[in-house]
Amino acid sequence: MRSVLAWLLAGMVVAAAHVAIAQDSNMTVPASVTAGSAFTIPTAGNGKAAIYIVGPAQALRRDVQLGQAASFDAGDLYNAGRYLAILVTGSSTTAREFDVVPAVQPEALSFLAKPSRLPVGLHNGISGAAYVFDAYHNLITTPIPVSFELSNQGSTVQAQTVTTRNGVAWTEMNSAEKQGSAKFLARVGDVSSTRVIQEVPGNPCGLTMSARPDGQRVELQTTPVKDCSGNPVPDGTIVTFTENYDGMQSTVDAPLKQGIAQAEMPSYKGATISVASGVVAGNEIRWEGGR
Amino acid sequence: MITRVLLMSWVTTCVLAMPMATWAAQPSVQVEPPNLQGSRPVEKQTEAAVIRDYLQSWQGLRLAMLQNRPDLLNEDFVGTAKYKLTDTIQDQAKLGLRTRYKDRSHDLQIVFYSPEGLSLQMIDTVEYDEQVLDHGKTLTTQHVRARYIVVMTPAEARWQVRIFQAEPIA
Repeated sequence: MRSVLAWLLAGMVVAAAHVAIAQDSNMTVPASVTAGSAFTIPTAGNGKAAIYIVGPAQALRRDVQLGQAASFDAGDLYNAGRYLAILVTGSSTTAREFDVVPAVQPEALSFLAKPSRLPVGLHNGISGAAYVFDAYHNLITTPIPVSFELSNQGSTVQAQTVTTRNGVAWTEMNSAEKQGSAKFLARVGDVSSTRVIQEVPGNPCGLTMSARPDGQRVELQTTPVKDCSGNPVPDGTIVTFTENYDGMQSTVDAPLKQGIAQAEMPSYKGATISVASGVVAGNEIRWEGGR
Repeated sequence: MITRVLLMSWVTTCVLAMPMATWAAQPSVQVEPPNLQGSRPVEKQTEAAVIRDYLQSWQGLRLAMLQNRPDLLNEDFVGTAKYKLTDTIQDQAKLGLRTRYKDRSHDLQIVFYSPEGLSLQMIDTVEYDEQVLDHGKTLTTQHVRARYIVVMTPAEARWQVRIFQAEPIA
């Protein structure tokens, strides 16, 4: 048992000695380096060595004469992150941690906007998030103001400036009252990114039809169908006419043509006829002019 | 004598087995309540899925960096994170390096869920061991503590890491 303890103690002494040797070689590593900038790592001692810079974001190696500084040119180490600098000599290894931080100058934006198409007049219907990057596509985490702008011809421009937190700024904006193609822009400094958003008419508003006799049939026709902001609802939108008479029901779907839907139905005196489009109900007529 | 041999054998086994067990151990995970900017709340189910997929991405990272195989990143990483890690693996391969990462603990907090649901940002204060091997020989093993900014985006069946960037701990 004693010999085992002695064996373990000996092992610990060897390990401690190894640590002591590792601390003999020396280098001075900066606490942090700006991504893409030039820097040096001065070393002490004599002889040849190699310095490795290793992290999940990048890996480099430089040969160095101990006593001199290892030089890293601008653009050599450009990915932000936590790194190990490892000095390897013939007899020892020394490691130090340091950070590479993003440059402060924004050079790129990643702008996510949604939706690409929506009805007019929706409160906070459009949202966008902008991530701000430096020239090496490192996320800049220091706060930076980002301008957002939503413009649609004929509508008031909406603008908002939001400061980034952890590299991201976001906003929500209303869709315009008038239909059309809107430009949604995010800008930081000289860098901007634009998304196009189609603002389309909303649901029909005040859907009404009229009826007139046509022999054995009744001719139905809507007034021009518009949304609540006065935008014409697109042609092709389906309008449904429904006739109820004596416990029977008949339905006709008609697409809008030039803003108007038309249909013919059997003419029954006392029938009720209604009109609807999607979830929007229009007026109802009690037909008294039939057979 | 037999006792001594058995004891020596036991000690040797422990010494050899310990590093293996240490590298294979599961990390401890702590999840802080979300500190959200943004109008979109994070559902519990979403939070669980994001954290599950993020922790799995560390396994992908570990294997890819140890085996110098960028293809092992495909499932968990996308966009900037993927191409930066791929570059690192290519650098490592050129230098004859491999890196063994072992995440020991994660302290996670969701800080942003974009209103349109296309991106989610987390802060991970992570502790990991980093072992650097040069042509199979261990250069160093260091315990590292870092604050990672992570942006994840939804893919068809899972969340993938799009930004994976460490920054100094204040």
